Amino acid sequence: MNTPVIQIDNAVVSYREDVALRGVSLEVQAGEFIGIIGPNGAGKTTILTIVNGLGKLIHGTVRVLGHSLTPGNGHSLRKRVGYVAQVQNIDPRMPMNVREVVMIGRYGILGLFRRPGKHDWRVVDEMLELVGMTRLALRPIGHLSGGEQQRVAIARCLAQEPDIFLLDEPTASLDWRAKTDILDLVKLIHDTRHLTTMFVTHDLSALPVSCDRVVLMKDGLIWSSGLPQKQLTDDNLSHLYDIPIGAVRKRRTEEILTLH
Amino acid sequence: MDFSIFGYQFMQNAILSGVLGGIACATIGVFVVLMHMPFIGVCMSHAAFAGALLGLWLGFNPLIGAFGVSLAAAAVIGPLADRGELNPETSVGVIFSLMLGLAFLFMGLMPGTKSGALELLWGSILTNTRSDIMLLGITAVVVVGIVIIFYKEIQATIFHRDMALSVGIPATLFLYGILFLTGSTITVTLRSIGGLLIFSLILNPAAAAYQLTYNMSRMFLLAAVFGVLSSLTGLLFSYLFNVPSGATIVVTSSVIFMLAAIFSPKRKIKGWHQKPVEEQIS
Repeated sequence: MNTPVIQIDNAVVSYREDVALRGVSLEVQAGEFIGIIGPNGAGKTTILTIVNGLGKLIHGTVRVLGHSLTPGNGHSLRKRVGYVAQVQNIDPRMPMNVREVVMIGRYGILGLFRRPGKHDWRVVDEMLELVGMTRLALRPIGHLSGGEQQRVAIARCLAQEPDIFLLDEPTASLDWRAKTDILDLVKLIHDTRHLTTMFVTHDLSALPVSCDRVVLMKDGLIWSSGLPQKQLTDDNLSHLYDIPIGAVRKRRTEEILTLH
Repeated sequence: MDFSIFGYQFMQNAILSGVLGGIACATIGVFVVLMHMPFIGVCMSHAAFAGALLGLWLGFNPLIGAFGVSLAAAAVIGPLADRGELNPETSVGVIFSLMLGLAFLFMGLMPGTKSGALELLWGSILTNTRSDIMLLGITAVVVVGIVIIFYKEIQATIFHRDMALSVGIPATLFLYGILFLTGSTITVTLRSIGGLLIFSLILNPAAAAYQLTYNMSRMFLLAAVFGVLSSLTGLLFSYLFNVPSGATIVVTSSVIFMLAAIFSPKRKIKGWHQKPVEEQIS
């Protein structure tokens, strides 16, 4: 645990008038599980997009897996970075089944002019098994529920055999059961495969308990980071979400009461 | 009924044009349908039409005009579709009406008879020459060839562009490639089918195929079959009833779409059953 896999140094990213990141620095060690939390618009998603090379830096540097990100090497680096986004709106009549969608994960590493072979399909089936979707493997992708779609997205991401696993609000808009299932699955994957993982969420209850480190973001800056128990205090959350400390306590107690 | 007409060269040319144009247009149509950009396709076909009229007016090859203007339209629409930040339908609508306006402007400015312009509007598959067929043939081979060679990249780009990008596929390049192919196909088939009608031959066969299958390669195949079927049946009706062939081709493709929509298994999504996985994975 001493080689930084991701090194972000003073990154500034801006979309039109809005500055999404205002000078963010972060190092992530190999195998580390980072939870990134903060209100909407804090720049959490943007930090993931600069790790997979889709976000455009206007200042600062990002090194991923030992390579500096330049406009030219984004595609080759992205093949080694898995990305799971929020539940997507998929056309219910899309002519593709679950197995084919998971195979897309392997398309990047296969490269142009090469067709998926037996080995690739074997990897796809293994990943479907891992996420518990084997029985729906041949179902049209648009017929799945949100939770099932996210399992497929995770399988697709793993089929890529990535070194880095990025999850951007993977549990947003899922029901409580689906949410906890996905969180358990992410934990299982991290525990068994030791992938360097960055998990972004705006929802405190969707923050995996197994994070090694929590990063609190607000207004395009990293506001604080460290061990989950030390970071997720009432005081910090009150600052992060701009709600009085009393209200934070009340909400957290209510949450615990409803859950138990 | 006298079918000796099919012995004539012009009819054979028309049949070949119908087959090749049907395949090229229907294949492009699969992109248009699955990427939810029918309006972009309409816009491009009108751009090609306006460009061809510009060529006729200024006295250069209409094909070059059509190609140039449809690519220019793609260059404007591409970034809009790519970024998806402002509602692309609005901007495409503006470009679409501009293209139609320009087309009629060039037509008005054109001196002398407007028969060449009207031919572009309605299409004249029966006057296609061997060189037209060569061009249609090249287009069909290029379009189908690209789909076969880059099938997996195209499939991923169609499914979800951001996701395709995130697994390391140059999806933006493929999006522009698809727009470029759409522009070129429309340009080449414009004279046979006509600027106002070409889009139905792109959209209808693919939309019909979309109703019938959950498998993308089958959708490409079905669309091509429907495209060819529309062209040939349209030609036949055009001959039998002595009406413009572009119009009969379009009507036939619409009828095929309606039949597909009526008998679509996708209308009963709830009734979709699957066999156990072991029986299906071969």
